[in-house]
Amino acid sequence: MKTIFFSSFFFLAFVFYAQETDLKQLPSVDLTDLKGKKVNTASLGFKGPVVISFWATWCSPCKKELNTIHELYADWQAETGVTLVAVSIDDEKTKNSVLPYVNGKAWDFPVLLDPNGDFKRAMGVNNVPHTFLIDQDGNIVYSHNNYAPGDEEKLYEEIKKLGAK
Amino acid sequence: MVSKGLVIIFVSLTYFGFSQDFTNGGSFTGNIESTFQYLNNDTLIGANQPAQKGLINSYMNVFYTNKNFKAGMRLESYLPRIQGYPNRFDGTGIGMRYIGYVNKLVDVTLGSFYEQFGAGLSLRTYEDRALGYDNLLDGARLIVRPYKGIVLKGVYGYQRLSFQQGQIVHGDGIVRGVDAEINFKETFDSLLNDNWDFGLGFSFVSKFQADNDDALILPQNVGAYGGRFKARYKNINFNGEYILKEQDPSNDNSKIYNYGHAAIFNLGYSKKGLGILLSGKSVDNMSYRSDRTKDLQDVFINYLPALNKTHTYNLVATLYPYATQPMGEVAYQAEVLYTIKKGTKLGGKYGASVNLNVSTTYRPVHHVSGFSPLDSTGVAYSARPFDKSDSMYWRDINFNITKKINKKLSFIFSYFNININNDVAKISNDAKGMISSHIGVIETSFKINKKHSIRSEIQALFVEKIKKGLPNAGGINDKGNWGTILLEYTVSPHWSFGFMDQYNYGNPTESKRVHYPIFTFGYVKDATRFSIYYGRQRAGLFCVGGVCRFVPASNGLTFSFTQSF
Repeated sequence: MKTIFFSSFFFLAFVFYAQETDLKQLPSVDLTDLKGKKVNTASLGFKGPVVISFWATWCSPCKKELNTIHELYADWQAETGVTLVAVSIDDEKTKNSVLPYVNGKAWDFPVLLDPNGDFKRAMGVNNVPHTFLIDQDGNIVYSHNNYAPGDEEKLYEEIKKLGAK
Repeated sequence: MVSKGLVIIFVSLTYFGFSQDFTNGGSFTGNIESTFQYLNNDTLIGANQPAQKGLINSYMNVFYTNKNFKAGMRLESYLPRIQGYPNRFDGTGIGMRYIGYVNKLVDVTLGSFYEQFGAGLSLRTYEDRALGYDNLLDGARLIVRPYKGIVLKGVYGYQRLSFQQGQIVHGDGIVRGVDAEINFKETFDSLLNDNWDFGLGFSFVSKFQADNDDALILPQNVGAYGGRFKARYKNINFNGEYILKEQDPSNDNSKIYNYGHAAIFNLGYSKKGLGILLSGKSVDNMSYRSDRTKDLQDVFINYLPALNKTHTYNLVATLYPYATQPMGEVAYQAEVLYTIKKGTKLGGKYGASVNLNVSTTYRPVHHVSGFSPLDSTGVAYSARPFDKSDSMYWRDINFNITKKINKKLSFIFSYFNININNDVAKISNDAKGMISSHIGVIETSFKINKKHSIRSEIQALFVEKIKKGLPNAGGINDKGNWGTILLEYTVSPHWSFGFMDQYNYGNPTESKRVHYPIFTFGYVKDATRFSIYYGRQRAGLFCVGGVCRFVPASNGLTFSFTQSF
């Protein structure tokens, strides 16, 4: 038992490190948008770079990050063509507060619901906020855990790097 | 050995998938989390040093996908478990593993899986690591999408009860379930225009556990079934779910033969700048576990969300939290969020947002006349959905205003009035009857320059005196008043430094008027995070999403590391 367990572990570790320098594609998970429509994460269908930000209505730094980006969003879009997708991990307890919150704050970016954490798990998110940057081909090129004021500048630099390619 | 076989399959399939398409080696995602504690004795707050002195929890998730193939596993390690974690977690081993195949029509999973039917009132398996909660199903799952807008699911398995000597321990009963969902808008493109959206769902769940009771004839197969709907017309949303549970005498309900029910509805209206939500919930005799003898948070098949806001400020979130009473409650919640426009008198240059939230919970009415709990039926009372009594369990009235003054400075002002019935939702051994508290919080954020920021919180909690008619009426209730200050300095994108002190200055016992200072330090680089905490942590209930666990007082060092990949 132990041998198998460790060999599988090292095998996985090896594969993981062997391809560490490669880019990663987005896992395919079915989520719903705020109008109840099913959206598959592997085919989001946006042109240009995509920022995926995991958040929850009960997470203050998440809301701070998204409200900050909301203020900058029109400029970001105009300059880089980026799309932000905010993925809420609110479960049944607070899921129904997502739409009122999003509209109350007048956010202009799409919001998806992940009430049982399927996408959160698939993306390897430990805790929110966690933000990913995806290039035009669906590869994850940058990710950042946590939010402190000013982090949006670093994210924007990374987005601009994609545009320069 | 099931797990041994699965590992072999896992490894061989992973290898197969890997070698089959080497150029596109599939994709690995996952994460690592490790938390280490070194604890001291602190007699003042009742914190004890464990014999081992050092405690550590570690986890690693690895998920692999390659075209239609998927596999994943989680390794867990408790050497030994950190303080406050469920006491039956020990050893190192595989806590979750699965393999599967997905295409446009089917999604098959063998091994461990997390699933939710509708709102989860009949079935929800999920992991919440912060709580040590994991009720995953081990078995098989099939999801079929025969036509656009239609999803059919079937699940079969045993639940994870605990993790001992590095192995999953399963619950006693087997769980089976089917679920069907149709989204009319997707199925019938032409039927509905953009103003409308409508969907229906049905679920049926059943558990089997052998009757091992000498005195009673227990139902071995217990079903829970019902339906749900969602509807939208323009900006109005309406959704609900109703689940009926069959007779299930258990330790939770003192072995009565009543049927149980859970019902929930949400009605919302929102447009840019305004959001309104009204919710209602009715629960009676709805504890549904795959082992009728278990208690606390063990092997719940269903999920009963608490109908109140999830608070985040320290004193509000951790001193008087509320969790659903599965044996019965009727609850309502209303929430309004409004953004005052920029350029108006109140809104100023940046606008401001106002949030009001009210939630209440009551005991349901049990009609007992004509029922004898001791007769051969075993039915103790009758209950109707949303039939509430005047006996209040919980009430929370809170509002906050978020106001940005200029580019650098912003405030959030909050007020909370929380009432919790300590006789029913037991939260403290020191409290009597209804605990009524008033909490004020001022949060200030100041941006020094592009990268440097300071954030502070000042929190004050005032507890009302013990109500009339109770012993010691007019005396200080529970632990009295509290104050908290928090300071946080961050340097984007890597560093954070913080200090928090909770001070129980109003404790009725003078020797217990204690400070709980804690220092925090954090370093983040991309998807890697290190954090260090040093200080005192008070005893209390730690809750996530209305599910709580008790955490004892502690004094010491906590080091945590997280990595996503």
